[in-house]
Amino acid sequence: MPVTHKTLVKSKQGSNAQSQQKPLAAKTAKVVSKKKDEDDGTEIGEGGDEWMHGKTLIKPPDQLDLTEAELKEEFTRILTANNPHAPQNIVRYSFKERSYKPISSVDQLAVHFFLEGNLLHRDSDEARRQKAKQGLPDEKATVVTETEDEKLETPLQAAGGEEAGDVEEGGGEDGAHSVDSKTGKKEQKLTNQFNFSERASQTLNNPLRERGCQTEPPPRASFSATANQWEIYDVYLEEMQKQEKNKEKAKAVPKKEDDKGKKKLTLVETQSDDLTKVAKVAKIIERMVNQNTFDDIAQDFRYFEDASDEFREQEGTLLPLWKFQYDQAKRLSVTALCWNQSYKDLFAVGLGSYDFTKQGRGMLVFYSLKNSTYPEYNYPTTSGILCLDIHPDRPYLVAVGFYDGCVAVYNLKEERPEPVYKSSSKSGKHTDPVWQVRWQKDDMDNHQNFFSVSSDGRVVSWTLVKSELVFTDIIKLSLVGAVSEGPEGVPPPTMACGTSFDFHKQINYLFLVGTEEGKIHKCSKAYSSQFLETYDAHNMAVDAVKWNQFHPKVFISCSSDWTVKIWDHTIRTPVFIFDLNAAVGDVAWSPYSSTVFAAVTADGKVHVFDLGINKYEAICQQPVVAKKKTKLTHIEFNPVYPIIIVGDDRGYVTSLKLSPNLRSKPKWGRKKLDIQFSGIHYYPPSFLFLRKTG
Amino acid sequence: MAEVEETLKRIQTHKGVIGTIVVNAEGIPIRTTLDNSTTVQYAGLLHQLTMKARSTVRDIDPQNDLTFLRIRSKKHEIMVAPDKEYMLIVIQNPSE
Repeated sequence: MPVTHKTLVKSKQGSNAQSQQKPLAAKTAKVVSKKKDEDDGTEIGEGGDEWMHGKTLIKPPDQLDLTEAELKEEFTRILTANNPHAPQNIVRYSFKERSYKPISSVDQLAVHFFLEGNLLHRDSDEARRQKAKQGLPDEKATVVTETEDEKLETPLQAAGGEEAGDVEEGGGEDGAHSVDSKTGKKEQKLTNQFNFSERASQTLNNPLRERGCQTEPPPRASFSATANQWEIYDVYLEEMQKQEKNKEKAKAVPKKEDDKGKKKLTLVETQSDDLTKVAKVAKIIERMVNQNTFDDIAQDFRYFEDASDEFREQEGTLLPLWKFQYDQAKRLSVTALCWNQSYKDLFAVGLGSYDFTKQGRGMLVFYSLKNSTYPEYNYPTTSGILCLDIHPDRPYLVAVGFYDGCVAVYNLKEERPEPVYKSSSKSGKHTDPVWQVRWQKDDMDNHQNFFSVSSDGRVVSWTLVKSELVFTDIIKLSLVGAVSEGPEGVPPPTMACGTSFDFHKQINYLFLVGTEEGKIHKCSKAYSSQFLETYDAHNMAVDAVKWNQFHPKVFISCSSDWTVKIWDHTIRTPVFIFDLNAAVGDVAWSPYSSTVFAAVTADGKVHVFDLGINKYEAICQQPVVAKKKTKLTHIEFNPVYPIIIVGDDRGYVTSLKLSPNLRSKPKWGRKKLDIQFSGIHYYPPSFLFLRKTG
Repeated sequence: MAEVEETLKRIQTHKGVIGTIVVNAEGIPIRTTLDNSTTVQYAGLLHQLTMKARSTVRDIDPQNDLTFLRIRSKKHEIMVAPDKEYMLIVIQNPSE
């Protein structure tokens, strides 16, 4: 702007005249000329003033010659913002008017300086991108970019001045980083902008090694159990037992020393053979197997009732059930039968021989109805058994009378085959076969005792005292009647031979003895030498005499003289006499009726009588053994079930079921019987009839 | 000891009995009259069944206990008598 040329001025004047307003033009001209003048003036003024005084105006040769008036003419000069270099007469061809037309406005912009800068607006996209990259907050972004250029230059120079080499590069980078860091977060350390260097070094990384160690796992065992109600119960039971044992131990402390020795023994014993523990189970199985085999018999035993009895008015039948036989007892005959009072299916069989010439061994055998093939217990004996009795209260005690005159007591609980007690010649055994034994009630010392009767004429009472049998002669049977003198003055035998006896059910001291001579004596325990009564019963030996279980006055007797007689003990003659056409082996009253009894004969028949139904004849006469030669020797009624067991001389025991007609209960107030049985009818006191107990 | 042997022998020779097996508490047969595979099969199966039956009976009344178990099939009857330590199995043909 300050540099203006004269020529320009002139041109301007000329151009301005057209394009611009006159005053403006005038002004510019004035301005220009004034400027020029001023310039001249100043130039000249400063040094020219002095010069002007000295010199006269030098006129250039091409200066205009102007008149005074022209010289005084005022030219106005205007200072405008117009670009002097801008063209003022741009013309454009207008196709509309088909002529050149000057453009009204001309761009007056004059660019004096242009420099590409690095500034970015903070909100622009690029700036945002950079921010994101650097991760710097927005506010500082502009600062960064501003100073970046300068900073870059200065650190480089500084670095180059300081240290050479590797530091430079690092320094440069670090410089930038430091800038970044500086302007970044507040936590970052403040570093010197100009003189900062950061060193880092890395240690050697140790190679990684993995090391493991494993211990042996603890021994494991899997455990499983169930917790049922019964398992818990079992545990409780065990606990209780332990506690009880502890209590006992506490009480029995002083006795411990003696027991120690025994304890050791017991411990060793428990390691016995395996199979002995199977015994109980084996027994059960055997019974089950037998039940299967004899299933029909078992069913009959339980349920069969002979329907034809309805058609037979008075008669009845006997249904054969099980047959019990033991191999080793084949040649022996059944000499005694006894039902166990507590275990209704258990009965004892005494085996021996009635034959005088064939005396040998004997056997005591127990059978159960549940197993008919093999006995539950069996005890072989040296001498034939002639009688036995099971204790009513203690079902494990069995009293046995032998043919050799001994008596013995067996304890079924014990394992050994010998009797617990046995009488010997020292201890007052009989000198003749013992025909009958009977348990009595315990005496006052709570010792068990039983009676025995033998052919030697003695009725002896035996008491079990600890481990011995103590005997007491109760009565000696003396011969009653005519004493005939034997030949040559030999004194006749004074003792009668007792062959059977029975104790009264209610009156304890009263008992009956049957003798070989055929007499029955009524005796009392109190009187040892005298009989209360004597009955001329039979012509031959009295094989059995039995009190009636209900009627207190009636008893029955049987003999080999083919007769069965019923007596009232107040009358010396029999009330009833039955002839059975064969030697009668045994007779028994029934446990359910006072008028029913059964008898067995040597021809293999069983006769059942019911005096309430038929007084003169048997209501049942039935052969029960196959071979006719076999003699039936004994008969017993089961106390609960409607069966009877019959023993014969071949060693077999047959069980038979009584048909309903044979089991009829006695009726009240039978006039006919009242005549014979003076007194009141006795009815079975507590009678559990059969089917309930099964 | 001899008694038990005798009893077992009697059972084996009883009419209609096909076989007997004695099994211990773990279900392992100790004694048998049948062939091995049959024995093992019977022992294993019946042991479980007996345990189950026993558990049932005792669950209902802990003071009760199983005495024996009979399984009657068309062909024969299997009888099991359990015990604390042993179990006896008998197979019988009852109709013979």
